[in-house]
Amino acid sequence: MNGLTFDIAHLLAGSLVLVSFMMLYQDRLFALINVFALHAMVLALSVAWQAYIQDAHHLYITAAIALVFKAIVIPVGLHRIIQRLGIHRDIETAVGIGPTMLAGIGLVTLSMVLMLRVTPEADPLAREDLAFALSIILLGLLVMVTRRNAVSQVVGFMSLENGLVLAATGAKGMPLVVEISVAFSILIAFIVIGVFLFRIRERFDSVDVGALDDYRGERQ
Amino acid sequence: MTSSTFDAVAAILFIPAGAAAILAALPNYKMTAVVNVVASLLTLLAALSLFITERPAPGQYLLVDDLNIVFIVLNTFVGFTTSVFSASYIAHELETGRLTAPNLRFYHAMYQIMMFGMNLAFVSNNIGLMWVAVELATLTTVLMVGIYRTHEALEAAWKYFILGSVGIALALFGTILVYMAAQPVVGAGTNAMVWSVLIDKAAHFDPALLSVAFIFLLLGYGTKVGLAPLHAWLPDAHAEGPTPISAVLSGLLLNVALYAVLRFKLLLAASPEAIGPGPLMATMGLTSLIFAAFMLYRRRDIKRLFAYSSIEHMGIIVFAFGMGGPLANFAGLLHMVMHSLTKSAIFFAVGHVAQVKGTQKISEIRGLTESHPGLGWALVIGVVAIAGLPPLGIFMSEFLVVSSTFARFPLLAIPLVFGLLIAFGALLLRLTGLAFGEPRGGTAPVEASYVPMYSHLALVFAAGVYLPAPLVAWFQHVAGILG
Repeated sequence: MNGLTFDIAHLLAGSLVLVSFMMLYQDRLFALINVFALHAMVLALSVAWQAYIQDAHHLYITAAIALVFKAIVIPVGLHRIIQRLGIHRDIETAVGIGPTMLAGIGLVTLSMVLMLRVTPEADPLAREDLAFALSIILLGLLVMVTRRNAVSQVVGFMSLENGLVLAATGAKGMPLVVEISVAFSILIAFIVIGVFLFRIRERFDSVDVGALDDYRGERQ
Repeated sequence: MTSSTFDAVAAILFIPAGAAAILAALPNYKMTAVVNVVASLLTLLAALSLFITERPAPGQYLLVDDLNIVFIVLNTFVGFTTSVFSASYIAHELETGRLTAPNLRFYHAMYQIMMFGMNLAFVSNNIGLMWVAVELATLTTVLMVGIYRTHEALEAAWKYFILGSVGIALALFGTILVYMAAQPVVGAGTNAMVWSVLIDKAAHFDPALLSVAFIFLLLGYGTKVGLAPLHAWLPDAHAEGPTPISAVLSGLLLNVALYAVLRFKLLLAASPEAIGPGPLMATMGLTSLIFAAFMLYRRRDIKRLFAYSSIEHMGIIVFAFGMGGPLANFAGLLHMVMHSLTKSAIFFAVGHVAQVKGTQKISEIRGLTESHPGLGWALVIGVVAIAGLPPLGIFMSEFLVVSSTFARFPLLAIPLVFGLLIAFGALLLRLTGLAFGEPRGGTAPVEASYVPMYSHLALVFAAGVYLPAPLVAWFQHVAGILG
């Protein structure tokens, strides 16, 4: 039984890394958002499984937030925003897909080597979760730096945050996990729906951060 | 007496929180500016009362000790003077139509929420709560940086948000790792995040895990401190937001992040087998100092110039704390206080200058001491202070940093002094242009309140001439705690 629970947790966390990889090569916004919805769904399953095996009922709340908010509300909202802004064209990737994937593999290797080495005494489940979580965080960062579009940067940030939730739920008995996931959701909600995109749209008729970049460094 | 102290801590948190709620509801902007000042003053008084009242025992969430009192008092003091400056600054912005009345309501409410976040970060005894508080303070400043809604302001806010979020994420991961390291020793649950518990038991934590955690925390919170190469948000955010926000960013928010780094440094120092945090911090500090010193030369925007100067000084401070030891810590602490006071005074002056001249371009501002003697001389004194000339306070703290470096790591003193001299040259070069010569640009009289900037400068001057013995004793004690 113990072996099976461990394997399932491992499988779910591993799939999360896999979905992070899928995000790297999506070159259309809608596809990227759909993959993110999948990411959030896998996270919800993973957190729910942790809640079950740790017998920590409050984690079900975190899982529910991930499922309802991140897998459904945010993707639907982003679809609407993209349609209304009329930017469902290709994402401009700043770096090609090949190098990005290679960098992703490098980052995952790095996080495995690092985390597994420094946590020899920790609980094996938490240890693997932590290694996967760091991979997801680094892949999320990679999505953020390789995209220039504001929406895809936000998606990258959200996938990064999923990695943090995975790490926090993996750490047995960590307090404030639910609070932190609520705080993050509020943050994301008002970033996504609200202020920035709206204003950027209002001012530039584009959510391409590249359009902001012509002004760089110094006021002339 | 315990109950009265509890009130002081509660007051520091509840006055800003309550004021934010009131300010969000008040429609009249003149009244909101006054309420903002009053609330900030009350918070300052509450913070001062921490000195005289008895301290509560550290709880699961809140803690008052000798270290954070220094930060809290400095924070609330600069918060108060900035609110006074902000009142006169904002009135002008309203006249010129850069801000509207609803903007101001939002601005003042955000100002108090930011103060709440910063105070909470200082008094929190729980590393999770501290993270939440730093995040809150950062987000409110992001919103305020973008308040003008111009092209540049939005880019600055977006950049700040993206880099800040990455910093937040790394810091949270570091926090989780600290919990993981603590959990086998302290046991699962809230206690494994309580700083005063962690510091007692840190010697038994897994050193490798703790070391990795510190690297994440240093990178995460270091982004907020503005350490190179993670500083990219800082100049933009300073240049494009309202000037009172530039003043609190430089004077206060950077300190909040620095405080978080210091807390975790202590944790690491308590674990003998973990990596030494000192060399990492010293390296990042020196890099920031030298990088920023060179960047000072090519600035054309006055607020950007002083933003880079903040990176430079945070570099010096982090370097001093990284070196450690009683003298270097004392110097770092003193330098932090002096820098906060001086830099916010400079931003007060710069804010009014930019308003009367209608520009932030250095090349279009000339001869300030002739056209606006009050502002011009404040700027001269401020820049002379920040460049590290005697007899002002920063000279003394920089002198202490340099001399303790010479005494302990003579080789490191070479790049340190080199960086200081480069920055010194750049600042004086710019200052002569700004302050002297034929006046250029608007010469309209300025409706500035000189009190905040001159009171800061007076304090910096006083500290340079004579530091009262109790203050020295207090700082020495805190420097001792910092190890």
